Amino acid sequence: MRPRPQVAFGSLLVLVTFAACGAADRPGEASAAVAAPALPERFGLGTPVDEARIAAWDVDIRPDGTGLPPGSGSVEDGAAVYLLRCAACHGPTGTEGPNNRLVGTEAWEDFPATRTVGNYWPFATTLYDYIVRAMPQDSPGTLSADETYAVIAWILHRNELIGADAVMDASTLPAVEMPARDRFVVDDRLESNVVR
Amino acid sequence: MSKSGQGVPRSIERRTWLAAALSGVAASSLLRTRFDAVDLLAQQSEPADPTKVMGRLVSELGSRAPGEQPRRQAGPAAPSSSSRTPLGDLHGIITPADLHFERHHAGVPAIDPESYELLIHGMVERPLVFTLPDLKRFPSVSRIHFLECSGNGGGAFNPARMPTDITPQAMDGLLSTSEWTGVPLATLLREVGVRPQASWIVAEGGDAAMLNRSIPLEKAMDDALIAYGQNGEGLRPEQGYPARVFLPGWEGNTSVKWVRRIEVTDQPVMSREETSNYTDPLKGGSARQFSFVMDAKSVITFPTFPYALPERGWWEVQGLAWSGRGTITGVDISIDGGRTWAPARLQQPVLPLAAVRFTFPWNWDGREAMLLSRCSDETGYVQPSAQEYIAARGEQTRYHSNFIRAWKVTPDGTVTYGLGDLL
Repeated sequence: MRPRPQVAFGSLLVLVTFAACGAADRPGEASAAVAAPALPERFGLGTPVDEARIAAWDVDIRPDGTGLPPGSGSVEDGAAVYLLRCAACHGPTGTEGPNNRLVGTEAWEDFPATRTVGNYWPFATTLYDYIVRAMPQDSPGTLSADETYAVIAWILHRNELIGADAVMDASTLPAVEMPARDRFVVDDRLESNVVR
Repeated sequence: MSKSGQGVPRSIERRTWLAAALSGVAASSLLRTRFDAVDLLAQQSEPADPTKVMGRLVSELGSRAPGEQPRRQAGPAAPSSSSRTPLGDLHGIITPADLHFERHHAGVPAIDPESYELLIHGMVERPLVFTLPDLKRFPSVSRIHFLECSGNGGGAFNPARMPTDITPQAMDGLLSTSEWTGVPLATLLREVGVRPQASWIVAEGGDAAMLNRSIPLEKAMDDALIAYGQNGEGLRPEQGYPARVFLPGWEGNTSVKWVRRIEVTDQPVMSREETSNYTDPLKGGSARQFSFVMDAKSVITFPTFPYALPERGWWEVQGLAWSGRGTITGVDISIDGGRTWAPARLQQPVLPLAAVRFTFPWNWDGREAMLLSRCSDETGYVQPSAQEYIAARGEQTRYHSNFIRAWKVTPDGTVTYGLGDLL
């Protein structure tokens, strides 16, 4: 139940007054004559949660690596994971589709022909954040930490960003340098009425 | 006590309803059988003279007239992840909820409202979870706002082949307007107690994409809602049931649907949707990030492809205008490809960050015409021409396409998308 306002008696008096004027069927207007109760800073609603509950849902991975779990994966292991879990949608080498092209190292000046991990993604950690929540599309979030690190290693290697013998883990992944990192600029449209 | 899950215990509601239903059955059963037969007859077809046939009886759920069957249109890809509002079939500014555009990143999840919870944690004094009934106990607001996908209008310009046979629905139908009801996000953030160092929130959906977007705390504390109502009813599943983020004036994907977690932070998470996906490459090799606000835009919804004007004479040019920067203050119409302009009438209500319906009476003389609409908003921003837009951003940027569209009327009355003729 909604908590009753503490002005019920006052409202009643006002109602009686209005009833004399023939306005008894408009209780909303009648009660408006009495100040509404002041709203609190907090309503005391919601249920407290502990850290375990938060940890079970918090899967965010930040650019500095915060949130990355223990585990590791090699390019070689990633090739097997990719073939089994990813290739059907992204193609045998990450370029054929039918879904998003993952691999592409072509240089671009004005516009990228396609947005690949190699030429457009600014942070390597985003791969982990995205895969763990949304991939593979037919069974999202089912790769183990080792499998996730491994398939990321394979994708980064195919984009010529890490060597064939590289291993990805919580310390190496955030350190991968992404070619598109410095392309991103803050939105400046609202500084002006001129189209930008 | 009409809000579900609140006030009257469910079992009492059901018992009362049963008692009422049973008492009426015996008395009315005979009569009802006859009425049912009449009702069936009335539904069979549209009679030649409806004044001579008793009409349909009441029903629990209404339906549209047989002659009014607007439909969303799915995108060309199969399976499509978006469907578009039939802009040319609607009146006023409110989009019927079942025609609100869709954009999903992993389909529409089926979420049990009884077990739904929204977790708010991070840089807060008291991490809390809120059930749907919890959310409905807070002071609520209802506000009319547009929602537009940042990819809306991507088909309005194609340097390789300018389209002519495109409808407003196919071009700009990722735009809808609803009355959204919910609790201000600021109320919930006060409830958990945001720590002074915080500057961002990260909202996450409970869909199979667990879509996440970083949102500046300033917006979250300003006019953001956690919405659970749409046009007088609960959210439709396609629109984020049981509850969604709603950020007035901002690109649609930031209004995270099916929201289940909000983390208060001091930095953006740099999710896929705000790095590789919803960013805007610009000519010169840079890419605009966190391009939240939808610029002012107007679109004519009649007359447009595929309609043909059957005769000269008076017609009403109609359309919608909206701006994520503020309230629409004016719409001008040109019938000669932009050489001369005249003001359109703005239908009330004209609301901030909501679509506005504009109308323009036009006495067509039967000669070729090129219809354009150009809106401006309270900040002084004026919808740009395609040339101005391309000069600023280049030819291949996909998102935030808001330049002036053009519709060519030929002497035989056919209407096609005519921007190609103006470039």
